[in-house]
Amino acid sequence: MTLQPVLYIVAFGMFIYGLMGLTGPRTAVRGNWTAAAGMVLAIVATLLTPDLQDGWLIALGLAVGTVLGVPAARRVKMTAMPQMVALFNGVGGGAVALTAWVEFRESAGFLDEPAYVVVSSLFAAIIGSVSFWGSLVAFGKLQEILPGRPVTLGAAQVPVNVVLVLAAVGCAVAVGLGARYEVLLVGLLVFATLTGIAVVLPIGGADMPVVVSLLNAFTGLSAAATGLALDNTAMIVAGMIVGASGSILTDQMAKAMNRSILSIVAGGFGGGALTEEVPAGGTVRSTSAADVAIQLAYADQVIVVPGYGMAVAQAQHAVQDMAKLLGDRGVEVNYAIHPVAGRMPGHMNVLLAEADVPYERLKEMDEINEEFARTDVALVIGANDVTNPAARDDPGSPIFGMPILNVDQARTVIVLKRSMRAGFAGIDNRLYFDPRTAMLFGDAKSSVGEIIEELKAL
Amino acid sequence: MFLANLAILVLAGFVGFAVISKVPNTLHTPLMSGTNAIHGIVLLGGVIVLGSGVDDPLSRALALIAIIFGTLNVVGGFLVTDRMLGMFKHRPESRKGAEK
Repeated sequence: MTLQPVLYIVAFGMFIYGLMGLTGPRTAVRGNWTAAAGMVLAIVATLLTPDLQDGWLIALGLAVGTVLGVPAARRVKMTAMPQMVALFNGVGGGAVALTAWVEFRESAGFLDEPAYVVVSSLFAAIIGSVSFWGSLVAFGKLQEILPGRPVTLGAAQVPVNVVLVLAAVGCAVAVGLGARYEVLLVGLLVFATLTGIAVVLPIGGADMPVVVSLLNAFTGLSAAATGLALDNTAMIVAGMIVGASGSILTDQMAKAMNRSILSIVAGGFGGGALTEEVPAGGTVRSTSAADVAIQLAYADQVIVVPGYGMAVAQAQHAVQDMAKLLGDRGVEVNYAIHPVAGRMPGHMNVLLAEADVPYERLKEMDEINEEFARTDVALVIGANDVTNPAARDDPGSPIFGMPILNVDQARTVIVLKRSMRAGFAGIDNRLYFDPRTAMLFGDAKSSVGEIIEELKAL
Repeated sequence: MFLANLAILVLAGFVGFAVISKVPNTLHTPLMSGTNAIHGIVLLGGVIVLGSGVDDPLSRALALIAIIFGTLNVVGGFLVTDRMLGMFKHRPESRKGAEK
């Protein structure tokens, strides 16, 4: 009987260690498998419960889940990953809700159960249900079964949501106070279901990853609650670390998109795709040096687009150091030199030559413009107007007709820039609002320095 | 017992906060997927409830579905995370010739 708790402790130790691994690019794969091994251990430990009933039915459940899960995870296309995560998260929430329901049935409506068991079970039932249905809606939107644009009830949305939550909580309170009718518990599940649907439907497709992350944290919390109700340490620890780390992660994801969680859940915005013209307050994605380093390190081809900002910051030596590090990793780095980059013709060539950049790496605009479409990452360092797509296709733009570098055709664009201030021409650059573009704000030299540090740490 | 579990809960919460202090954006999705797999631990709930002896057919069916769901969460979660992370694996050599 002492073996099971010990195995649980080892298991949650492995969860925590695995999770730590998942936060760094080098250790992530190992971290994932460490956590998976911990999970196997936790399952084995649970199966060691003395006098376990219905062994064959449990085995059947495990087998069916595995048979369904393996091909689903193996076959899904990389582009469909977010909805797959939503789906797997949803079924986890569903499992929590169903477990709570069975507990209710088997204990004759929580008769003779201590208060904490009743409260945690009811909490788990509500949150599990919300997570299950919310995730299914998120899955539907990402899979484009449901419309990706926000579907709202307009002004009635918030009151409706509040009423639904209150109804679910009301059922829970009634059950908790000793009204042992199953219809109340089913009512709780139904209202929680409607809440999950009503909250996620109004949120636009672009914000879905953040929503999935939020629901992920919810499922973690509900798992922890189930662990409390069943007195199972492995579930408490695993559920709670997911609940806590999931909340932080959700916040970080929202911040990376320049949004707050509240404004996303309030809904109605994320579906607004960028149209022809950039709205004044369009979404700009800011990124971190660590993130840029990873994208650069795992690219095949990188094109650096230097501009006046690099010259002002005297960042050319740092840029060349970075390119050397990338070259050592087998990444092909070239420089795209726009004729008017900087403030004088040849400004960039001089600066870069001074930093010992091999001459054949410096490409003229006509020579390299077709390369952008084949490039993984275009790294724009302090250049602005020479990358503005408006010059190519917006007759109303003051710089229309100016030849530009086709940076916007690269798979990813990273812009190192001091601020969102407009460039020399004093106009907004639509490139910055492109979903493929990420901004790293700061002085070019220190930003590149940070990227170099991160590259060395990879 | 409850107080001991509550203490564990609180400590686990702080561990969760501490682990995810700063994560590069590129790893957000794999990390979300990894934590998603970890809460597949809910599968234990179904196993414990069903394993404690359930006679009612509907309860057994619900518990069975809970186990299937939980297993899907675990198996799918870890495999999907591994595939995502496969994108970050290092290539042996660049396909283009090294410079010079």
